Amino acid sequence: MSVIEVDGVTRRFGEVVALDDVSLDVGAGELVGLLGPNGAGKSTLLSLISGQRRPDVGTVRLMGGDPRDAPSRISLGITPQETGLPATLKVREVVDFVAGHFPRPVPTGELLDQFGLTEMARKQTGALSGGQKRRLAVALSLVGNPRVVLLDEPTTGLDVGARQALWDAIRRYHAGGGTVLLTSHYLEEVQALAERVVVIDHGVVRADDSLDAILRRVALRRVVLTVKDDLSAWPGVVRVEQVGVTGADGATRQELFTPDADALVRDLVRADVDFRDLEIRGASLEEAFAEMVAAESPLEGATR
Amino acid sequence: MTTARSTTRPPVPPSGTTGTTVSPVRLAWLHLRYQFLETVRVPIAVIGNAVFPSLAMLFFVVPQSEVAGDPQIATMAVAGLGLFAVCSASLFTYGLGVAEDRALPFDPFLRSLPAGPGPRLVARVGNGAAFALIGLIPLIVVAWLFTAAAVTTVQLVAGVGMILAASVPFVLLGMGVGYSLTAKAALPVVQVILFPLAFAGGLFLPPVMFPYWMDTLSQATPTRAGRDLLVQALTGAEANPWAWPVLLGWTVLFAALAVWAYRRDEGRRFR
Repeated sequence: MSVIEVDGVTRRFGEVVALDDVSLDVGAGELVGLLGPNGAGKSTLLSLISGQRRPDVGTVRLMGGDPRDAPSRISLGITPQETGLPATLKVREVVDFVAGHFPRPVPTGELLDQFGLTEMARKQTGALSGGQKRRLAVALSLVGNPRVVLLDEPTTGLDVGARQALWDAIRRYHAGGGTVLLTSHYLEEVQALAERVVVIDHGVVRADDSLDAILRRVALRRVVLTVKDDLSAWPGVVRVEQVGVTGADGATRQELFTPDADALVRDLVRADVDFRDLEIRGASLEEAFAEMVAAESPLEGATR
Repeated sequence: MTTARSTTRPPVPPSGTTGTTVSPVRLAWLHLRYQFLETVRVPIAVIGNAVFPSLAMLFFVVPQSEVAGDPQIATMAVAGLGLFAVCSASLFTYGLGVAEDRALPFDPFLRSLPAGPGPRLVARVGNGAAFALIGLIPLIVVAWLFTAAAVTTVQLVAGVGMILAASVPFVLLGMGVGYSLTAKAALPVVQVILFPLAFAGGLFLPPVMFPYWMDTLSQATPTRAGRDLLVQALTGAEANPWAWPVLLGWTVLFAALAVWAYRRDEGRRFR
């Protein structure tokens, strides 16, 4: 059964189209990373799934029901933004308060223990450090024993240790059968956690595939050279981009994307292709990702 | 937004694992406790609320011996100020407080929890009533010590009950404003609503001083209806038979406004 079903959803804010005909299906037990730059529409999508907003067009189902109906949200956990915790309430009080909304909550003591917050239980949330607030925020998403959690940038701004600890907590939840949809603009985070990756940009789903397939897609080398021939059909070349104007001699500066730069260059030399100014660069994940979401180069245009 | 409704599919019966939500009564009690806790942790809000009506009493009523010395008139003055204090607290706490809350990032989180708007609205009303009562205590003490205002215990209890009932439409109106507008817009709107209503309702000047046309107009306001019923409870002076229908009518109207505004609200607006 699908835990989350988003079908042909469009959502506008005034003139801005935040989501444009987005469809997404998340099954029970999946761990899906939603990846995209700031303003891509990730948070809008989460707010539709959690019933805070309604789509202009299309349908959103959560556990088979309308997320705007409270009973559909019993199995849902989300993180508050850390800056939004009620500053005058104590940690234990916030957890108890949120737990009170659920029929079968995790005992507060157990949850605080699991997130290393036991010693902070009597502190007002306003007195917590950034890392502690993050931990509390993620803890709050799990307090109701949810079957699905939405994590919006769960570790943004955390140091390495704190991030690892939170990742472990998310993995534990997932290992116990939980479904996770997490957003991040850090590839690293998605890479560490997700099994499936959805790339979203300008309100459009650019890619939806397994983590491995996405990595293969973005983990390409770039071979830049100036050559007369059109190399887009060359074996091993995934995609070509023209990066300069055609010169007087008819040669063009081209950028070839390939999984194996060494093999490609050997082939070109062996075939006596007349190229010059060879340059080889590794497309880093970040770079490749940036390219993936750039509006000018839709992935669909890639030759595979 | 005039757009297609979100879900076009027929409702699906909840699957076996979905279960039922926590009962609304328990949720309302939960929200009441935590709203109260949040409010008392900021002492100045409580103190300001408790001190204002009694200060107004000390400055504007106690020095006028012709008012303070007459049991009937003094009691009416206390009733007017008490009701004004409660109206003002309700409109400001809810109009401004709700608008401010909505701008906080914790609000969308709360709205994602499995609870409808009911428990939060009920808790807000209850919390408002609790703090209104706290604010009335010093007012009653000042009136008892320094004016000729006199009531029996039964009248006092009836008066407190009445003032709480009369505050309900203002709490709902405040919530309607708070869920419709941003905090910046809510402040002037609340002021524009409060002062004319308080004046027209005879909370500052007794309605016997009004010209005929204004007295007639005044009867239709929720403030006047609340004031007359309150004066009736405190002094036995017969209220206009229309006072209850007028008060209840406004209550229903403002309740509809509050629910409509909550449903329509989707947290902060983005442009």
